[in-house]
Amino acid sequence: MSEVEGIGPQALPGLQERVAQIIDEARRQGASACEVSVSLEQGLSTTVRRGEVETVEFNRDQGFGITLYVGQCKGSASTTGSGPQAIRETVAAALAIARHASEDTYAGLADAALMARELPELDLYHPWQISPEQAIEQALTCEAAAFASDPRIRNADGTSLNTHQGCRAYGNSNGFIGSYCSTRHSLSCVMIAEADGQMQRDYFYDVNRIGQALLDPTSIGRRAAERAVRRLGARPVPTCEVPVLFSAELATGLFGHFLAAISGANLYRKASYLEDSLGQVLFPEWLTLDERPHIQRALGSAAYDGDGLATYAKPFVENGRLLSYVLGTYSGRKLGMASTANAGGVHNLFVSHGDEDQAALIRRMGRGLLVTELMGQGLNLVTGDYSRGAGGYWVENGEIQFPVQEVTIAGNLRDMFRQIVAVGSDVETRSNIRSGSVLLERMTVAGS
Amino acid sequence: MSDWLLPVSERLLTPGGLGIDDLPGLLGELAGPGIDAADLYFQDQVSESWVLEDGIVKEGGFHLEQGVGVRALAGEKTGFAYSNAITAEALRQAAQAARSIARSGGRTPVEVLARASFAPLYAEGNPLDAMSRADKVELLKRVDVATRALDPRIKQVTVSLAGVWEHILVAALDGSLASDIRPLVRFNVSVIVEQNGRRERGGHGGGGRTGYDYFLDQDRAMGYAREALRQALVNLEALPAPAGTLPVVLGPGWSGVLLHEAVGHGLEGDFNRKGSSAYSGRIGERVASPLCTIVDDGTLANRRGSLSVDDEGTPTQCTTLIENGVLKGYMQDKLNARLMGVAATGNGRRESYAHLPMPRMTNTYMLAGESEPEEIIRSVKKGIYCANLGGGQVDITSGKFVFSTSEAYLIEDGRITAPVKGATLIGNGPEAMSRVSMVGNDLALDSGVGTCGKDGQSVPVGVGQPTLKIDGITVGGTGA
Repeated sequence: MSEVEGIGPQALPGLQERVAQIIDEARRQGASACEVSVSLEQGLSTTVRRGEVETVEFNRDQGFGITLYVGQCKGSASTTGSGPQAIRETVAAALAIARHASEDTYAGLADAALMARELPELDLYHPWQISPEQAIEQALTCEAAAFASDPRIRNADGTSLNTHQGCRAYGNSNGFIGSYCSTRHSLSCVMIAEADGQMQRDYFYDVNRIGQALLDPTSIGRRAAERAVRRLGARPVPTCEVPVLFSAELATGLFGHFLAAISGANLYRKASYLEDSLGQVLFPEWLTLDERPHIQRALGSAAYDGDGLATYAKPFVENGRLLSYVLGTYSGRKLGMASTANAGGVHNLFVSHGDEDQAALIRRMGRGLLVTELMGQGLNLVTGDYSRGAGGYWVENGEIQFPVQEVTIAGNLRDMFRQIVAVGSDVETRSNIRSGSVLLERMTVAGS
Repeated sequence: MSDWLLPVSERLLTPGGLGIDDLPGLLGELAGPGIDAADLYFQDQVSESWVLEDGIVKEGGFHLEQGVGVRALAGEKTGFAYSNAITAEALRQAAQAARSIARSGGRTPVEVLARASFAPLYAEGNPLDAMSRADKVELLKRVDVATRALDPRIKQVTVSLAGVWEHILVAALDGSLASDIRPLVRFNVSVIVEQNGRRERGGHGGGGRTGYDYFLDQDRAMGYAREALRQALVNLEALPAPAGTLPVVLGPGWSGVLLHEAVGHGLEGDFNRKGSSAYSGRIGERVASPLCTIVDDGTLANRRGSLSVDDEGTPTQCTTLIENGVLKGYMQDKLNARLMGVAATGNGRRESYAHLPMPRMTNTYMLAGESEPEEIIRSVKKGIYCANLGGGQVDITSGKFVFSTSEAYLIEDGRITAPVKGATLIGNGPEAMSRVSMVGNDLALDSGVGTCGKDGQSVPVGVGQPTLKIDGITVGGTGA
């Protein structure tokens, strides 16, 4: 058993060897098939508040998980342990479960013939040699810029610089083995503005695979302060039915709901309002949703999916029409369809957009609610019913009038998606889903 | 007095060649100039889950997690590192990293550790082993078959069983030492029903710090199934909920999510030390209607949110947060208690050794009032009755909070009438609590399914309340 030392490409052969050892052990104990993932992760997280260091956290995690089959019966186990004994015991635990699970005709690995063979290099690994002192320095600079930018910024709720790197290997007994290293760095700033007895918080952040590519700390701090100050004086509006504009960072969530509704796992469980909707027009005819999994350095990129299938670029929605569900091997079999190499999710979803920025969309909306904050989980995927707490800005005559809070917005996803009027050019790039601001024809706003 | 130190240290320390006697020395690695406090948190957790779907037990999972978290505090600064390996070498490395935050000041090494004294609130046995795998599988299948037989409109049944068994040991530079063995089990049923092309979901479940037998007692497992089905069938008939500000009556039990969001989070010590809560600096002030007395009680036997001792070694207690509408106190961990000059309240909790402790709720509930539940409903001309809620969320700074209904009805002329679809309700904590105009005599705690998230950390919690009426809160439906 080779012990894995530092994180980086040099660790990958060791991780792959460990995957192979675990697969061998599973076979030795009597599994007829199995899949294994092994990970090693490390990170530094520093938080400052009001000019002082609050926390310095060093993270280091390792572990592995196995899913194995005895015929058509399945069992899983995972551990943070390592070494031969942990492997033996974890395999045994998974096997004991499989021996008691029911036969499932649809269970099992993807066919050997479908496994990814050539894996593109996605350039996801950019370790940041930043010391805790330097990380603290950047966070302090960021927060100081926030405090300096407006006298109404009177308190802070923490500015954090996080840097994270990890290595993963996945292999299965149908001959696939893959591994990669990746990094993720972020700087976030949460500020509190106070005026006239009201406190409002807001935040801003950036995240990137490359630490040096993060937005500079001063801009992040200023944006956080600006956003918190803009919230001051927020109040409810009377109950009404009006157009609603979702800011880009929230619009990504709307399309996240859509992906959940067309995901195989919800469809075969009869838990989605979009069952049997393949081929239907669900959006305006100009709208396209497509997955691009191989973008270099992108946050959502992946060469292979959770079953070891090669990911590939494809549209889910074209000209407003649903072309494909989001399927993995198991959910595909349950629905009688081929996997779309989306076991584990969608990698970089792009929402088509026009050339109007958010300001232009506000003008186009004329009168309505710009939503910049959502609260709660008020979504029922079985029916598509949507009702959530919201905050944002009241728009009249194409201009922002005052900040709004303590209202809800409600509708049904089926109507909401069909009633998309426009998607803005202000595309959110910090997310796996890339969307601009989204203007909806009408929703119910409940308030005072 | 808990006598679990021996089994806990044998499980956590012995395999790595360590013993209780080594802890003062290891804490010594954390002591020195600048360090005000420090602790070592050892944890071993085994967990399992079994899921039945489509009439078969499709899968099960087993997870083993072990490690030690090492924390050093200097003033308001915290240094933290952790390791999966529980060995002297790994601990020294983590200690070195954690104490790198300190620059000046001082605390001397600890010589003797004193064991915390507390009464255990749950049995120490491993819930995972108390029932055979075959019996667990059989239980899931039996509930599935019996549930499907209840109503032909059922299209899908999902049944799950989960259990956790955890050993923890915490040793601190203040000389305290505590160990705990914690069981936690849960059973859930979810059904999807269909009628005339309309589909709805219903779900229910329960559990606590006990064994799987709990689900067999009083036929609880089937009780969850019947309740899940009942809720799903009610929702088949639901009309759009109204939109606007209305009087709302919340039913007893799980509706205590309201208190968790509207009051609980805002009274956690960290937010109040930082002055970031809408309740900051308001001890002694009226923050709710005089009908409201709200406590956080970690000492209820076998409850999901209970702990014999918290994750910093402080025995849990029943803390009065609001008494007759007046703010009495906050929930504290050691760090925030020290910085605010008050006593820790046994609310220092963490998701695992890999996370830092912070003030968290245990079981948060409102004490019973004097009104009959029927009288409360009768008092409403037009409003909403919320029988069951989904989740909630709060922005503690502005005080805004939301919760979603999963079973709700119109109240018309003092009577519960038509069911309405799930909707989100939004309010401001102190304002909503000051509008509580009636409190029922029917206090109930939830069935044991709550999980609270804060700063990315999840911990099991409990909630409860009697039936209560809020004179006006915004209801986020789509109807008139």
